[in-house]
Amino acid sequence: MGAGHAHRLYRHGHSPVHALPPHTKLAAAFAFVLVVVSTPREAAWAFGLYAVLLAVVAHAARIPAGFLLKRLLIEVPFVAFAVLMPFVAGGGRVDVLGLSLSVNGLWGAWNVLAKGTLGVAASVLLAATTELRALLLGLQRLKLPPLLVQIASFMIRYGDVITDEMRRMRIARESRGFEARGVRHWGVLAKSAGALFIRSYERGERVHLAMVSRGYAGSMPVVDEVAASRAQWTYALALPVAALAVCLLGWTL
Amino acid sequence: MTASLEVCGLAFAYPDGHQALFGVDLRIERGERVALLGPNGAGKTTLVLHLNGILTGGAGTVTVAGLPVGRQHMAEIRRRVGIVFQDPDDQLFMPTVREDVAFGPAAAGLRGPELEDRVRTALERVGMADFADRPPHHLSFGQRRRVAVATVLATEPEILVLDEPSSNLDPASRRELADILRSLDVTVLMVTHDLPYALELCPRSVILSEGVIAADGATGDLLSDETLMRAHRLELPFGFDPRSVPTRP
Repeated sequence: MGAGHAHRLYRHGHSPVHALPPHTKLAAAFAFVLVVVSTPREAAWAFGLYAVLLAVVAHAARIPAGFLLKRLLIEVPFVAFAVLMPFVAGGGRVDVLGLSLSVNGLWGAWNVLAKGTLGVAASVLLAATTELRALLLGLQRLKLPPLLVQIASFMIRYGDVITDEMRRMRIARESRGFEARGVRHWGVLAKSAGALFIRSYERGERVHLAMVSRGYAGSMPVVDEVAASRAQWTYALALPVAALAVCLLGWTL
Repeated sequence: MTASLEVCGLAFAYPDGHQALFGVDLRIERGERVALLGPNGAGKTTLVLHLNGILTGGAGTVTVAGLPVGRQHMAEIRRRVGIVFQDPDDQLFMPTVREDVAFGPAAAGLRGPELEDRVRTALERVGMADFADRPPHHLSFGQRRRVAVATVLATEPEILVLDEPSSNLDPASRRELADILRSLDVTVLMVTHDLPYALELCPRSVILSEGVIAADGATGDLLSDETLMRAHRLELPFGFDPRSVPTRP
């Protein structure tokens, strides 16, 4: 069963950022990321300013730095390969602490690391200040194809159900003395995964039956609408607009 | 007066050739609570899925409050027949309880304060009004079962069809659900293996066995008829004597 009463990414609060309608925050975060990735990598100071902008948002949202940094760790496996780039890339080389590194590679690593971190930080802020349910409403409001919103909504509803089923299968395996110790046991795990897939598939059919029984005819009725005032849009878009100014400076300087 | 539900000569075979129903006749009057008993594989689920037109194409007819089940008014049929499935995790598919209860009436076109009113009333009837904004997976199993009943009540059905309502419930939740069902002013068809529960809630029972209605009568009489019970693989729990149970009004 689920742990708390909200998703663990979300941090309950009543800040002005929490209060913004979800679709304005989604649009702002997306625009911010677009601006960040289109900044030239040589303008290192620009990325520093972006970080400051995010810090201001975090402050307004009353998200403590520790919370944000801990969640940034999710990025580590994705940027691991960035660390390799200075060693493997070609071009001119430079000696750092006795190691011969590629200049191009260093810039490449910096580029991935800086942009990746800023993007993840923006997403973490978005997730921390917007409930999952609200995010879905926001996506719906931004006219994402309804089918995609429905799929995301079912993922949220059934994620815990399926995790729970997986846990019960693991307990059942272990209760019968099974322990995954090596490659030889992967077969058993693969079969469990297959069984889980079939169970989920069958559940999907039962859910569909229940939906049809209650009048589902291909589209979900929109029960909750979200709306934003001009002031709220202005407030939310302040972040990407400020970032855009930084970006333009980065290209001209 | 028209019956809530009328099934005439219903026969059905699955595409693989397995015939599940061999001519079922059943009439349920408005406001009745009827238990549908029968061993596993008797065709109970097949019958239930015919009541709201999920399965069609066999012989015979099903009529709900005078309206024949057929393609031309499927939406109205599905509003009139509220099926509560056995696993509430299948039934509750929306992110919050409120949205789930709103799903049926919203699909029928209800919006705004009228919709909210409908949702609140349905949740109040099952004592779950305080849980409207919770996600279903944060509720106990008994609470989820009650919300599942509310999702169907919200469409103001002519007949409530419950598939194994007491399964997996602890005794307290089982009794709470019984109290709720008894308080509802609606026709109920309850599919169950829980014979004491059938006796407690339903004055009348029918036994579906091998695709036909094998017996139809007062629940107490059927459960006391040992020959009949044995013939259809029905067994009472150890020590349970239907004749010693006080009858409820």
